Amino acid sequence: MTFMEILNNMGVPLALLGAVLAALLSGIGSAIGVGMAGEAAAGALTEDPSKFGKVLILQLLPGTQGIYGLLIAFLTLSNIGILGGSADISFIKGLLYFCACLPMGFVGLWSAKSQARASVASINMLSRKPDQFGKSIILPAMVETYAVLALLVSLLAVANIGKLPL
Amino acid sequence: MPELYTYAAARVHALEPTLLNRQNLEQLLSAKTYEECLHVLRSLGWEGGTAEEILSLEAEKTWRLMEELLPEPELFQIFSLPADFNNAKAAVKSVVTGTKADRVFLPGGSVLPEQLLKAVEENDFSGLPEWIGVPLKEAQHILLSTKDGQMCDVKLDRAALEAIYREGGKSECALLKEYAELFVAAADLKIVQRAVLTGRPQPFLTEALAECRTLDIRRLIEASQSGMDGIEGYIVYTPYADAIPAMKAGASAFDKWRDDRIMSLIQGEKANPFTLGPVAAYYLARQNEISMVRIILSAKRNGLDTGDVQERLRVMYV
Repeated sequence: MTFMEILNNMGVPLALLGAVLAALLSGIGSAIGVGMAGEAAAGALTEDPSKFGKVLILQLLPGTQGIYGLLIAFLTLSNIGILGGSADISFIKGLLYFCACLPMGFVGLWSAKSQARASVASINMLSRKPDQFGKSIILPAMVETYAVLALLVSLLAVANIGKLPL
Repeated sequence: MPELYTYAAARVHALEPTLLNRQNLEQLLSAKTYEECLHVLRSLGWEGGTAEEILSLEAEKTWRLMEELLPEPELFQIFSLPADFNNAKAAVKSVVTGTKADRVFLPGGSVLPEQLLKAVEENDFSGLPEWIGVPLKEAQHILLSTKDGQMCDVKLDRAALEAIYREGGKSECALLKEYAELFVAAADLKIVQRAVLTGRPQPFLTEALAECRTLDIRRLIEASQSGMDGIEGYIVYTPYADAIPAMKAGASAFDKWRDDRIMSLIQGEKANPFTLGPVAAYYLARQNEISMVRIILSAKRNGLDTGDVQERLRVMYV
């Protein structure tokens, strides 16, 4: 087997590694984030259980990155012959899939943790000023912008790599 | 990275709206009689029959909350040290003078008063933690050999300040470090203020003052030899320059300065959602409000002028 053949066989594993990273890093970020916000939510609800609905939304905000990561991973798997599509993926294409998955993985991890901090601060704000729910939800939601941007980049890239003549 | 106290911080932040604010204090002050004042207090959620019951119930509620939020008691030992050393003073005096130790012990200490009494009675301090066992043994020796109760107090008071400073230094929480620094510095300034007013000699100050980072004890003692002006000449170059008018005004004004300074130190914790800081801030805010309510109730009971009490009211946390 020549070096080029070995390299071309690496296409699918490389693309799979990208899919795994997208799901793994975003998932880790969301797990940390939802857990952290959950601690704050539990503290706030111990003193005032009537805020459950509002606090739950704030707790769940850092959970979206995990879902975005999963979406990118599914899309990649269905393009590289694991859940569908053709398994004939060259090394270059595999590398492109890998790169396409990275924005979601890294931005997902980082933004989920940052969003969790903002959510915790907002839960505390809501405890002190219950009438400021609107503002308290906007602040952590701003962090979501960057997770959505990363999702868009990963999504557009993964969806279109297959069309490239490589 | 310091440990996160997200749950505890969120819980105390949720409790902050229930703390008394300046308006509540004004409301209490405007009550015409002592009974009406108690009635207003009950309407604000402070339960209990007599004033003492109400105050001790609130103090107990705060300690219970702290125990619930912080399973490791050593995290909050800095706040139990004053009670421990007060109890140590009571124990040694009670045993040496042969008087019954009745209602002299404060709650909230980390060492049981019975343990302190037993150690002094049996002259065996090995069962006590070193930070209290060693100074207690020395205080007992001072009291037995000199019969000077004041020197015994000085010994234990200084040991308390040193223990508080050590605890603050050990803590990962920036607020507790700053609190310990301020607490010890303010205590030193108060000792010097009293010493100047009562004409205490220099050796007394050498025994009584505890070291801290923001005050040079040696220079402070030297400055105190020239009276209040001398102290002012030194303090003006320290972070406590704003204490000068209060020091000149007297003990009560100085206490207000110290308490207000502590409240201003903890204000920032209202926006801190993660560390031990908000929990410590809540505890200090509760102590402050309990002490304010005590002042108001005592004034109402004794028919003191509202204006005098108003002057003594501290800055509140909320």
